[in-house]
Amino acid sequence: MKRLKLSIVLLSALALIFVSCNEGNKKQNSKSVAAGDTETEVKKHHGQASVSDDVSDANALQVAKSLDDFSTLVVAIETAGVEDAVVNTGPLTIFAPVNAAFDKLPEGTVATLLEPESKGTLAFILTNHVAPANYPIKQLKKEAKKGRKLYMASGKYLVVENKDGEIYVGGTKILQSVKVSNGWVHVVADVLVPAE
Amino acid sequence: MKQILKTTITILSVAIIMAGCNPAPSGSKSKNSSKGALSGTQAEKAFVAPGEHDEYYGFLSGGFSGQLAVYGLPSGRLFRVIPVFSQDPEKGYGYSEETKPMLMTSHGFVPWGDSHHPDISQTNGELDGRWVFINENNTPRIARVSLTTFETEEIIEIPNSAGNHSSAFITENSEYVVAGTRFGVPIPQKDIPISDYKGNFKGSLTFVKIDPESGHMNIAFQVRMPGFNFDLAHPGRDKSHGWMFFSSYNTEEANSLLEVNASQNDKDFIAAINWKKIEEYIAQGKGHEERAEYAHNTWDDATHTATTVMEDEVLIINPEDVPGAIFFMPTPKSPHGCDVDPTGEYIIGSGKLAATITVHSFTKMLKAIEDKAFDGESYGIPILKYDAVNYGSLEQPGLGPLHTEFDTRGNGYTTFFISSEVVKWNIKNLEVVDRKSTFYSVGHLMIPGGNSRKPFDKYLVAMNKITKDRYIPTGPEVCQSAQIYDISGDKMELILDFPTIGEPHYAAGCPTELLADKSVKIYKLADNKHPYAALSEADSRVERKGNEVHIYLTMIRSHFSPDNIEGVKVGDKVFFHVTNLEQDYDVPHGIAMIGANTSELLTMPGRTETFVWNPKKVGVWPFYCTDFCSALHQEMQGYVRVSPKGSNVPISYTLDEEVPGEEE
Repeated sequence: MKRLKLSIVLLSALALIFVSCNEGNKKQNSKSVAAGDTETEVKKHHGQASVSDDVSDANALQVAKSLDDFSTLVVAIETAGVEDAVVNTGPLTIFAPVNAAFDKLPEGTVATLLEPESKGTLAFILTNHVAPANYPIKQLKKEAKKGRKLYMASGKYLVVENKDGEIYVGGTKILQSVKVSNGWVHVVADVLVPAE
Repeated sequence: MKQILKTTITILSVAIIMAGCNPAPSGSKSKNSSKGALSGTQAEKAFVAPGEHDEYYGFLSGGFSGQLAVYGLPSGRLFRVIPVFSQDPEKGYGYSEETKPMLMTSHGFVPWGDSHHPDISQTNGELDGRWVFINENNTPRIARVSLTTFETEEIIEIPNSAGNHSSAFITENSEYVVAGTRFGVPIPQKDIPISDYKGNFKGSLTFVKIDPESGHMNIAFQVRMPGFNFDLAHPGRDKSHGWMFFSSYNTEEANSLLEVNASQNDKDFIAAINWKKIEEYIAQGKGHEERAEYAHNTWDDATHTATTVMEDEVLIINPEDVPGAIFFMPTPKSPHGCDVDPTGEYIIGSGKLAATITVHSFTKMLKAIEDKAFDGESYGIPILKYDAVNYGSLEQPGLGPLHTEFDTRGNGYTTFFISSEVVKWNIKNLEVVDRKSTFYSVGHLMIPGGNSRKPFDKYLVAMNKITKDRYIPTGPEVCQSAQIYDISGDKMELILDFPTIGEPHYAAGCPTELLADKSVKIYKLADNKHPYAALSEADSRVERKGNEVHIYLTMIRSHFSPDNIEGVKVGDKVFFHVTNLEQDYDVPHGIAMIGANTSELLTMPGRTETFVWNPKKVGVWPFYCTDFCSALHQEMQGYVRVSPKGSNVPISYTLDEEVPGEEE
């Protein structure tokens, strides 16, 4: 489990480094835009999120991007710079809040989180929606039955409950589940804000 | 352990920060256009920046490794070793139950081969990038490798042959791939004194028909030649399409100390075979069927399984059956290379021991045939007069000429083994243009599209036999080397020196865009027709049939299903039929079982493969995923409980305490 935590830390660190370096490169290369090489430069240093093909099943981010109801989540992922982590080979289980979930937060919260200086906080909140393993509904039911908590990439634990056949994670109900190439996406109606 | 991990992470992070934040060398952007004194460095021309792709694929034979290596050009980076004629434990090739039939021959299962000359399929004389064919020298065979899966799809054995060296060269519409024998042998094989060689041993030139749709190979006919040693071959193209030219040595028909006894004649022969004319004769019923045993192994991409068919007949053409279709062109001193220029006019013979490069003219050859300009005959085959077919010679070009490829500007590039150099020369003028050293003792060379009407003449790859001090030493055995030259200018320029696997005898190459987009990424589970596939976790199970136990195992990030198996007994034959349920690019899973007398399996997404385990000891024995597939790769494992012979422990199997597929 320790190893796992470290892996996640590493992943997040990588994602952040890649993003920050890109920004640096973009600045450095701004002079050479005329030479038409910026595109190659950017491609060269982009992570897995920029990779796509026409035969593989869609990964978690590709699925989220294809649905209007997750536009806020997608913006948050991109702003926090964790897009490479959520397309990673995983396996990952993502509890994906719909747009309305973000509207439930106190007024101004989302705007604040999307500001550059909140990047760390935003990334932390997002990692609290990702469990580093495969948890289909069937497995979540088992977790509830056995009273096992879900370990999240944030390092926090979420309670899993089975209420008359409906599964609740961190107190919010799973509305729908989608199998993605690198794990599972469960749609939820609330943002899972960590306690602190 | 924790400390080590943390340290590693720190180091990695630092390394990544440094690599990631360094601005790319400014040269990388102007690699193709720079001509300035500083920017025109050699290293820059071979430099492919991180994340960028090479311009060409290079397929270099693995020689005594039996395989085919895929390199990027001009970077010289090794991307894949395609197992062809040798078992490959890394990929399970020749170990898995599905691939074992690929290595079957009339001599039984042969785990090793000597791969020599890859050639890419063509349409209208240009590379079409569908397949690469490659020959095996020791147990005569030709393989067809798919250029969408980069896997071996078919291997056909060549009967009545020994030392299948003069192969696997393809005609310009991929009508035929040829196989000329290096050794004369008794046909059919029989128990006779070796000293009876002369006149009694024969050589076979085999024409293998390629199905234009599937690529499947079938032996169309075999020309029964005298027992000369056939070395290399090249097809005519454009105006000379319909002809195939085979170089030969040992026209002395020596059977011992060939290094002396096969070097007696001033001239040996290039055999010119008019295969279109032979086709006409066959249509008239010429030739005769003979018994011949040879294996034909075919891979089926639907069942993910190879099957072997033992064939038993071959159509033999004797030269007297086909008058006007077979001629000899005298060519000095044991010619090795026998290369046809892109126009199809010049046939270049490189006598290994000759002080010249010999250039024959196809136009003159046709006229000589018409005029019956013969200089006698050999075993009934007319020998064309040397002066009547010869265009000219390049005198004293170097020592030990071997192989010539071409650019689009009328130049030939010939390797010289003894003087360790590549010589660029103008074919028409028979004049040397440039020469560059190789390091050392070069064998063959390759210009992408070299065996076609349309060479891509930007880079030349020279493949050396001797390496000596070129790299940091690794004991008595050092790798072989290849050198890349930029040939876009007037002078050749050495831009990179790179190590190779095995012995790179020969190579083929093509532009990246011909293959990259059609490269297969996954196998569709929906198309998986493997009889032992489990296409979902619910389908995973264990079945006993007598002393055979069949485990229908599935793999997905990051577990096997089932992963707890009981009821196996000592003496059972346990089949692991493993299906990778992933449908995502670049997510293979591997599997290895403790004590299994075989290799791992490395199973691509959507594919099913099988290995056999014979449990010999009572206990609980683990298996695990061998490929770092995911963050929880280390957790991807399982157990098999093995009970004593005669035990009454029933077969049972679970995943997380449940039987897969059973409702709670």
